[in-house]
Amino acid sequence: MSHPSKISGNFFTQDGKGTSPFRLIRNSLLTGLCISLSMLALLPLFSIVMLVVKKGMPLMSPALFTELPPPPGLEEGGFANAIIGTVIMVGIALVLAIPLGILAAIHITEYEPSSLLSKAVRFVAKLLNGIPSIICGVFAFAAIVMTMRSFSAFAGGIALSILILPTILLTAEQALLDVPNAYREASLGLGATPFQTIFRIVLPDALPTIMTGVMLAVARAAGETAPVLFTALFSANWIHSIMEPTASLSVLIYNFAALPFDYQVKMAWSASLILVTLVTVTNVLAQLFFSPKHR
Amino acid sequence: MTSIPEFSRRPLELADDFAPGEINFMKVEDFSFFYGKKQALHGINLTIPSRKVTAFIGPSGCGKSTLLRNFNRMNELIPCIRHEGDISIHGTSIYDPSVEVIALRRRIGMVFQKSNPFPMSIYENIVYPLRIAGERNRAVLDEAVERCLRSAALWEEVKDRLHESAIGLSGGQMQRLCIARAIASRPEILLMDEPCSALDPIATAKVEELIIELKKEFTILIVTHNMHQASRVSDLTAFFYLGSLVEFDKTQKIFTNPAKQQTEDYITGRFG
Repeated sequence: MSHPSKISGNFFTQDGKGTSPFRLIRNSLLTGLCISLSMLALLPLFSIVMLVVKKGMPLMSPALFTELPPPPGLEEGGFANAIIGTVIMVGIALVLAIPLGILAAIHITEYEPSSLLSKAVRFVAKLLNGIPSIICGVFAFAAIVMTMRSFSAFAGGIALSILILPTILLTAEQALLDVPNAYREASLGLGATPFQTIFRIVLPDALPTIMTGVMLAVARAAGETAPVLFTALFSANWIHSIMEPTASLSVLIYNFAALPFDYQVKMAWSASLILVTLVTVTNVLAQLFFSPKHR
Repeated sequence: MTSIPEFSRRPLELADDFAPGEINFMKVEDFSFFYGKKQALHGINLTIPSRKVTAFIGPSGCGKSTLLRNFNRMNELIPCIRHEGDISIHGTSIYDPSVEVIALRRRIGMVFQKSNPFPMSIYENIVYPLRIAGERNRAVLDEAVERCLRSAALWEEVKDRLHESAIGLSGGQMQRLCIARAIASRPEILLMDEPCSALDPIATAKVEELIIELKKEFTILIVTHNMHQASRVSDLTAFFYLGSLVEFDKTQKIFTNPAKQQTEDYITGRFG
């Protein structure tokens, strides 16, 4: 084999143009930058969780989950009523916002994607998504608390549902748009009605993504203070009906953290820890339950 | 290109050995189709016999898929479309007000270019057409799964994993699964829109064998870009160009002795 190998180097550098060291260095520099920046992004999240755990743990006891909040100055009791109140109000918000959000999303993606109504819904949802939560509180205060002449868990649930409706609607819309059109064609081609196509094929496929939106909504609703402060206020007693003032974790944290008593401040930390845990556990459960089965 | 070819006006003269089921099974009459202002089909006339494979060939954009998707009115999913003329099956116009599009699609199976199994188990994919029709009897569903998978020559390969996801199948298996699903509601007609264009030669050969097997029971219309495929599987071939039907005849005639120069040019690869 007489090969004209005048150029030095091996097969990969025959033309004398090996990868320049500069390119290699730039590559590793960028990789390093990406890794360190993503670790930097984790840092604040991690420190918050660490701080909440560190400050919240000392007071952790079964009594927190079973007893009522203590009067100022006393060092006993828990916040069982606030946990129940938060769960009830987030529950009311979800019961109202999930069907509304998902059905509206179905309408604007599956039935009339380009109608005037759909465009209006999309525009308003985006607008509402950026609205400060306190506005939702003020609105529910004016619309429900004023007319019913009482602060209530119901009003709190309404305020939270207005707050989370756009999140659920917009993620559901995106989730439905992400469902491949081939599924719709296949289903309709087999003689399914649009209704069957949506409820048997499109919605089940979009469900895991929709649940991500719902979980974001849960996290937000459980943590918001302003809308609840205006509507449910607070209560030191057990909840008897959803039409009376109701305690919630977020308002409890807000109230107790400002008190001059060390014990109450510690309780606020514990409440924060429980709030974070509650949201995390719901999130993990939802992901386990709604993970796609066939992919 | 606006004049309607004379030969397509009359039913084909079919020889005895051709033995058709029903010569005038499907009729396309002066059919034109518009996407918005763009005309995609110009006055098509076709008479398709039952229990035969009829291939639609022609270069991209010639309207063959558009015509195919009109038989089960799938084009109606697209906004701003309009048609003139008529398509009738067994003497009934598919546009007759008494025809429910849902019922029409149940009697006309469709197989798409890209296999599109649902993200469910193999079993659930096949029984889907039955479930949406309200069938709940487990025995009926089980029977349908075995029958359809056997018809689609897929039973032996998947019988032990019927309840596993259909998405884990190979490309060829997925397409045969889609064929099995398309025949689950016992349609009479199968529309195939380039069913093998995404498959390798071995999977293609299997699907082609299947098509020849299926024509005993079904009337099959197949759109294909592959001329060899048309000549291998079809009994009749229609050649389309720029939205018009250029020639329609027995496949053997089209591929050996076409009446039109254009057809010959296309088949011999001189254009298209």
